[in-house]
Parts: sequence; C-alpha cells; structure tokens
Amino acid sequence: MNWLLMLEQVLNGFQLGLLLFLLAAGLTLVFGIMDMINLAHGSLYMMGAYFCATFTGWTGSFLIGAVLTLPAVFLLGIVVEVIALRSLYARDHLDQVLATFGLILFFNEATRLIWGPIGLSIPLPAFLNQTVEIIPGAPYPTFRLAIIVVGCLVAALLYYIVSKTRLGMLIRAGASNREMIGALGINIKLLFTLVFGLGAALAGLAGLMAGPILSVEIGMGESILILTLVVIVIGGIGSIKGAFIAAIIVGLIDTVGRSFLPEILRLILSDDSAATAAPAISSMLIYLLMALVLAIKPQGLFPPKGVGR
Amino acid sequence: MKLTTRGIINTILFVFLGSLPFLTDWMGDSFYTGLTSRILILAIAATSLNLLIGYGGMVSFGHAAYIGIGAYVVGIGAFHAFEDGIDWMLNGYVQLIAALLASALIALIIGAISLRTHGVYFIMITMAFSQMLYFTAVGIETYGADDGLTIYARSDMLGLIDLNDEKSLYYLIFFSLVFVLYFMHRLIGSEFGAVIRGSRSNEARMRAIGFSPYKYRLVAFVIAGTIAGYAGFLMANLSDFVSPSILHWTRSGDLIIMIVLGGIGNLFGPLYGAIAFVMLEELLSSIPLTIGGLSVGEYWQLIFGPLLIFVVLYARNGIDSFLPGARKNHDGA
Repeated sequence: MNWLLMLEQVLNGFQLGLLLFLLAAGLTLVFGIMDMINLAHGSLYMMGAYFCATFTGWTGSFLIGAVLTLPAVFLLGIVVEVIALRSLYARDHLDQVLATFGLILFFNEATRLIWGPIGLSIPLPAFLNQTVEIIPGAPYPTFRLAIIVVGCLVAALLYYIVSKTRLGMLIRAGASNREMIGALGINIKLLFTLVFGLGAALAGLAGLMAGPILSVEIGMGESILILTLVVIVIGGIGSIKGAFIAAIIVGLIDTVGRSFLPEILRLILSDDSAATAAPAISSMLIYLLMALVLAIKPQGLFPPKGVGR
Repeated sequence: MKLTTRGIINTILFVFLGSLPFLTDWMGDSFYTGLTSRILILAIAATSLNLLIGYGGMVSFGHAAYIGIGAYVVGIGAFHAFEDGIDWMLNGYVQLIAALLASALIALIIGAISLRTHGVYFIMITMAFSQMLYFTAVGIETYGADDGLTIYARSDMLGLIDLNDEKSLYYLIFFSLVFVLYFMHRLIGSEFGAVIRGSRSNEARMRAIGFSPYKYRLVAFVIAGTIAGYAGFLMANLSDFVSPSILHWTRSGDLIIMIVLGGIGNLFGPLYGAIAFVMLEELLSSIPLTIGGLSVGEYWQLIFGPLLIFVVLYARNGIDSFLPGARKNHDGA
C-alpha cells in the first residue's frame, strides 16, 4: 500500500469531514433547539456557492467574494426563517419535511432561472491554487489545506460560542427546555431566528469552500444533505460534539474507502468482479456504518442529555 | 350501505377511470391512457405509503426505493433475456414473484433497523437507506449505471394478458389499484389495522394492553414495501425504461406530497393526491404565459414549491377537506 497516497486520502477525508461538520452543526442546532427538520439546509449550502461565484466575479477576488457571501447567506437564512419556517415549529415533522421540500424545489428552480442551467466555477487566487509539500515528496493543494484550517478554526469558535458565551448558554438552555427559557423572559423568537441565520451562514461557508473543488451546480445541496443527515443521525441529533466526531468519521470512511476498497477487494475477489463491486460497495459504506451504529445505539453516538425522544 | 355524496363522487371517479380507454379511443387521443396509467401506478404506491404515514404515523421518506427495486427486477430480467438469451427471465410471473420477494426482503431489512428509531431519526434513516440503494444503482455499470436500462421487451405473461397492448396494461393497472384499495380497506378495519392505528395515537397504551408495536409496524412496513415493489413492476412495463432516478429521494418526496395533497389517513386520499399531483405538474409546466422572454411553464417548480408550503400551512387535509362530509378534526399524523 502506498503510504503517501494514504496520507493524502486521509487529509482529503478530514477535509470532507470538516465540510460536513459545518453543515451538520447548523442542522443539528436547528433541530436541537427548535425541534425542526430542515431539508432546505442543502439549498443554503448551494446558495453559498452561487453567491460566492457571483461576488468573486464582480470583485475579481475570491477572498472578498467569500467575505461578502457569509452575511448574504446569513440574511437569506433569516428571510427564509421569518417568511416560511417560523410557522412550522409547532407543526409535526411531516409538515416540516414537506414544506422544506417545497423550499428545495423553489430554490433549485430559482437558481436555474437566475444563473442558468449550466454550472459555474469559482476561480481561486494564485496562493490558494498551488501545492505545498506537507512532508517531503507529498504535495498537497493549498486550498484543501486552507479548508482544513478554516474548518478547524470554525469548529473551535463554535465550541467557544456554545460553551462559553451568553448566546451559547441560551442555545443550550433552549435545547433542553424551550418553554422555560421563554418564561424566563428571553425573546425566543429572536433567538430562533439568530440560530437559524447562524446555521445558514455555516452552510454557506461550507458551500463557498466546496465550490472551487466540486462544481457549483443545481442539486449540489441535495447530495451533501443526505450525507449530513447521516452524520447527525450517527452523532446524535442535537449534539454538536456528536456532529463533529461523526462528520470526521464519515468523511474519512467515505474518502479512504473509495480509494482503497478496490485494492482490498482484489485480495478476495477476481480483478473483474472487484472492479464491478467496488464502486457500489464503497458508496454503501457510510450507510452500513449508520445501520451498525443505530443497531447498537438507536439515539446515535452522543444523544443530547434530557432528550427522551 | 348508505350512499353519501362522497360515495357518489368516488363512484363517478371509478366509473370514469374504468371507461377511460374507450373515452380516449372515442376522442382519438391515446395520450391520456398512458398518462392515467402513470397516475394510477403512482396511486398504488402512494396508497401503500399511506398505510405507514396516514394510519401508522411512520413517516417513511424512502418509499421510492421499493418502486425502484420492482422496476429494476423487470429491467434486469429483460436485460438478461435480451443480452444472454436467458428466456425464463422474461417470464412475467417469474419477474413478478422476484419483484415482490426482493422488495419485501429489502423492506424487511430496512424496516427492522429503521423501526428501532422514532420521529425524525426514522425519517432520516429511511431516506438515507433509499439513497444507499440509489447510489448502488448508479454504481452498477452492468445495468447501465446513471443511464439506466432500456427495456426492450415487456414482461411475458404467457398469453394471459398482453402487456404490449395499452388497453390491457391499463386495465391490469386499474384493477390492481381497485384490489389494493379493497385490501387496504380490509387491512385497516382488521385487528392488525387497529393495532397499527392505536400505536400511532398512543404507543404506551398499546403496550399496556399487551401488544408489541414493533412487530406490527414491521409487518406493515413490509406490506407497504411489497405493494410499492408491485407498483414498480407495473411502472417498468409502462415506461419501458428504468434508471436510478426512479428511486431518488425526491421521488419519495413526491409520494408524500400526493398523500398530503389528497388528505392524510383517508383511503382514497392518495388516489386523489396522485391525480392532483400529476395534473398540477402537467398544467403548471404548460402555462402558456411568457414574462420578459421567459416561459413560466418551464420554471413550474417555482410555483409548485411555494404552493406546497401553502398547502402544508393552510390546507392541512388537502383535497379531502373540499369533499362533502369531511371530518372536522384532523387527528394528526
């Protein structure tokens, strides 16, 4: 086995894991404190990528584009929350699933109308568009390295906000008992809107960072949404810590599995059948992991305390 | 049996559906027979899902997976019969039994794991499993991967029914729907149905009187999956084509939309919902309006998406609430 390739794949897996974490954190927060399932979270990720592509085109700089995208997606999230989602918190999950499914259709179609059916690309500045040798003989793209750094920083910041600040205290309190913090005089509507905006901005950040690697296209939010759902189910819905650990595990297994499964299968099967079976099996890996976790712990790895659902 | 206004409306609908092929013959346009065949197949699948969502309170978001399995069995059978000359694989009865068994088995496995969880976990897990099958279908190069399989020969029913004849296929679908609705009516009225409904309204009480909801739910899950697999068998024969997109999670979303449009937990709801869904799709996508050089019909989902949100927010019981004799209180799902 090629160890340098292995290292590169592990880093790639880590990077995918961090992107997933950015999405999962927002989704799991929204679920944790509002008991709301939001399928349109992937659309906010997509909007992040499209906004960034547009702003980068206008300003000619990816960095300025990225900085402009974050408040834009934050505002978009707030608008969506106020117009459509606010009245859904008290409804059952079926209603939430359907209404946010409607939002996905709307966002996809609106994107096709505004940006056209053909995907966009986000040009990177020179210093992000090269490779560095992390250890001698192992070149790695700087942009992917940047994603890892930004992802880790945001994860640390999120940890700080949730566990050390007043806002974080309110979020945690809201997650364990919504009525009670409302009764204590906290403007819970405003809190919900803020948390939703925060989640949207995180999804937008993931989108703008994924844009240059994958392509910016309609439907990009849906494939990653499913992965994100797997992550928060494995991690335990409502738990940020669980989301982080599960995201890294899923990222690693998916990436490393895809690149090394064909070799491993070749040890057991003939070359032909290994080549046929490998792509199908490697795309099933994380779902098998999810099934395994749920068979042992139906509430996920880190079920949030005090949730008896 | 007392004939209510609602009963009359339903009867008129079934008489209309039963005579549709002759009406279209008379109009000289067989397009509507094909379109209605599709509606009725979707209605069969949505009716099976209604057992889970409407009566059992199990919001399964991966029901298209079983349609896909049924359809792929037909596709794979036709593929091997055509490519490798294995004639028995084109036999409709073999295909039918294989489609039912495969969808039942997969539903058993997915259900056994998913039903250990509740609420939002259940929604996400059923969705994730159906996506797993979707990616599996995308990954298998032999059966066309992304591009899917063209079915060169429809299931051979050994002379009993000729599926190549549009009218025969239509009546097979129509009577299948009638049978599925009757079966569902009996099932829901039975003790089994009472346990399923009871577990939705109060699981603790159900346990207290000595029923274990898990087993009953699993059986319901397998029944629903098997019926959806049958719908897939019909769908493959109707469209002569099967591709991974048939089991994409958005197709599962469409089925849920049909149920909600028609009115949750109502026997005929999914049928009305399927009619409304396909009609809306056809109508909205053919709006002749053009604004600023853009045809509105081409972007019909721009209207459909918000419409869906509107229905969810303001018209909870869907079409059912517009029919006379609607229940005043919707008892939740």
